[in-house]
Amino acid sequence: MATVMARASGAEHARRDRLQAWLPRLVLAPSVAITLVFVYGFIGWTAALSFTSSKLLPSWNFVGFEQYLKLAENERWLVAAQNLLIFGGLFIAVCLAIGVLLAVLLDQKIRAEGALRAIYLYPMALSFIVTGTAWKWILNPGLGLQKLVQDLGFTGFTFDWLVNPDKAVYTLVIAAVWQASGFVMAMFLAGLRGVDPALIKAAQLDGASLPRIYWRIVLPCLRPVLFSALMILSHIAIKSFDLVAALTGGGPGFATDLPATFMYAHAFTRGQMALGSASAVLMLGAVLAVAVPFLYSELRSKRHD
Amino acid sequence: MKAPKRLLLAAALAAATGAAGAAEVEVLHFWTSGGEARAAATLKAMLEQQGHIWRDFAVAGGGGESAMTVLKSRAVSGNPPSAAQIKGPAIQEWGELGFLDSIDEVAVKDGWSMLLPEVVAELMKVDGHYVAAPVNVHRVNWVWANAEVFGKLGLQPPTTWDEFFAVADKLKAAGITPLAHGGQSWQDATVFEAVAIGQGGVDFYRKALVELDDATLRGPAMVQALKTFKRLKTYMDPDRANRDWNVATGMVINGKAGMQIMGDWAKGEFASAGQKAGTDYLCFPAPGAAAFTLNVDSFAMFKLRAPAQRPAQLALARLIMAPPFQEAFSLAKGSIPARSDVSLDTFDDCAKRSRKDFDAAAQSGALLPSMAHGIATRSDVQGAFFDVLTQFFNDDAISAEQAADKLAKAVKAAR
Repeated sequence: MATVMARASGAEHARRDRLQAWLPRLVLAPSVAITLVFVYGFIGWTAALSFTSSKLLPSWNFVGFEQYLKLAENERWLVAAQNLLIFGGLFIAVCLAIGVLLAVLLDQKIRAEGALRAIYLYPMALSFIVTGTAWKWILNPGLGLQKLVQDLGFTGFTFDWLVNPDKAVYTLVIAAVWQASGFVMAMFLAGLRGVDPALIKAAQLDGASLPRIYWRIVLPCLRPVLFSALMILSHIAIKSFDLVAALTGGGPGFATDLPATFMYAHAFTRGQMALGSASAVLMLGAVLAVAVPFLYSELRSKRHD
Repeated sequence: MKAPKRLLLAAALAAATGAAGAAEVEVLHFWTSGGEARAAATLKAMLEQQGHIWRDFAVAGGGGESAMTVLKSRAVSGNPPSAAQIKGPAIQEWGELGFLDSIDEVAVKDGWSMLLPEVVAELMKVDGHYVAAPVNVHRVNWVWANAEVFGKLGLQPPTTWDEFFAVADKLKAAGITPLAHGGQSWQDATVFEAVAIGQGGVDFYRKALVELDDATLRGPAMVQALKTFKRLKTYMDPDRANRDWNVATGMVINGKAGMQIMGDWAKGEFASAGQKAGTDYLCFPAPGAAAFTLNVDSFAMFKLRAPAQRPAQLALARLIMAPPFQEAFSLAKGSIPARSDVSLDTFDDCAKRSRKDFDAAAQSGALLPSMAHGIATRSDVQGAFFDVLTQFFNDDAISAEQAADKLAKAVKAAR
């Protein structure tokens, strides 16, 4: 009787083990399947479309690299690609600089830190459409900042970047930085709080000045935070669409077009699906060119730790 | 086993015949704001009066861009709506892809070819068969002016571009922005096409913007039109970047600006500000050649998966052409009815003028499809025009000759 029971509980045990081994896989399977189809499957589909002559709807008449050659000659695409470099580079750099600075300043055990933190973080709660519309009014020379300052008596003041084709792309940077730098601050602030106070005390005992402590000891500890911030900021930059749509509408002319707005216009509203797909593939290529080496070096160095 | 099957069949038949009485029609449209939404509701009520069911499929935003994106995804997945708001050569494009169904049953029986001007009728057909029903006719090449400003400065509506610039100079001297405008590519194109007809004439417009003749696109008439177009920029305010058209109309309403070149939907803005045609604001055709650029809204009928719904689709096509709806819709939208036999007694003077010019233009062959509003060309070529025109207009470093060359190249690349 006892042996029978022992055998039964043994079988039960084995079954539970098997279930435990399979459970994680079972739970993950739907999301893996969804990701495979809706991310990688559609990446493949888009890539395939970019080699066809699809216009209004997908068609499978393959034309090789013709769409890519068309892109290379398309002035609007070249402007969009150049804008992404300007906008992305400045947006990431300025956001990081302001975010770190704010975080360090807030970290000085000041009064009302909670309130200040909320104020700086608040823009992140808005959608880019709201940000874009608000800045569209603020930056419009006849409505916003320029008119205000001129009405105050400084009649020589001009700030017309929004309506100047050469400068309009920088207005995107202003609005995007305003929105995202508070978020970068929050990330770094959390990181700063995680730095071991003993390290700072030790440095202070050795007579290091405060800026030097931050520059040489605290900030290098925040490498993982920098990595996360870079990843988040660069994907915000590359997929920026709503901000352009609300703030400049891609104008004046198409001076502030970004690859994402170019892709949407051609694939969905202009019936040039193949050309739009080709631009999407090039965008993906750009993202991979930045992300892969970065991910690779970060993940490898972590394994060495 | 046999009996239940027969029963099922009988039930299905009953359901099918029942549906013939009350069929369903799914209508994809983007009439979501104010007067348009009310007009759509009238159409719905008329259809329901006939015992059919209207399944509303309204997609707001983007002047129909979002609606077209939704339509494409529905079509690709094999489940298009029964009727969709499509206009211009896009009807032919969908027709050639085999998505649209003939509605000759209604169109021939009701004699649409007698009721519609030929230009409009041709837009509704694929391979000689009617596949779409026209809702209205918008005129695009209008100029809207502030009557008070014109009266105070003693200005007369200009009939040539030289006169136009003389009027604009006087407005400028009086400290008023001569031309209200919004810096969006479709608005730039709307102004350009008015200049192209006015200066280049009807034949030039047709050859360049409709037939896309390479030599004409590069030719001297195009360069001249582009130069005049660029000259207009000096009469606009610099803050126009990404301004919506109705905000620009607002500048004419409150007297900050003297004129605006815009289609007749601008009337809605004047009406909601409580202004009346003739006394508060003036409407006159864009200067130059006596021509009429049209923008026709229409509903294309898709092939149905369930034949039982066909009666509702045909009823919808018939109701769209029915005079009560044609009248109600155009009153709400600022346009004129597509049918030439609808009385305009309830319409304002601008609409009456529109009808008179329309008939005259139809006689003289000066009835032209609008490029800026997607009636002249397919969306890819329209996009090429938009890109080059808006870049040229905003960038002073590009000469008219360079722009004409770019235009010819871009149009060729897009086709």
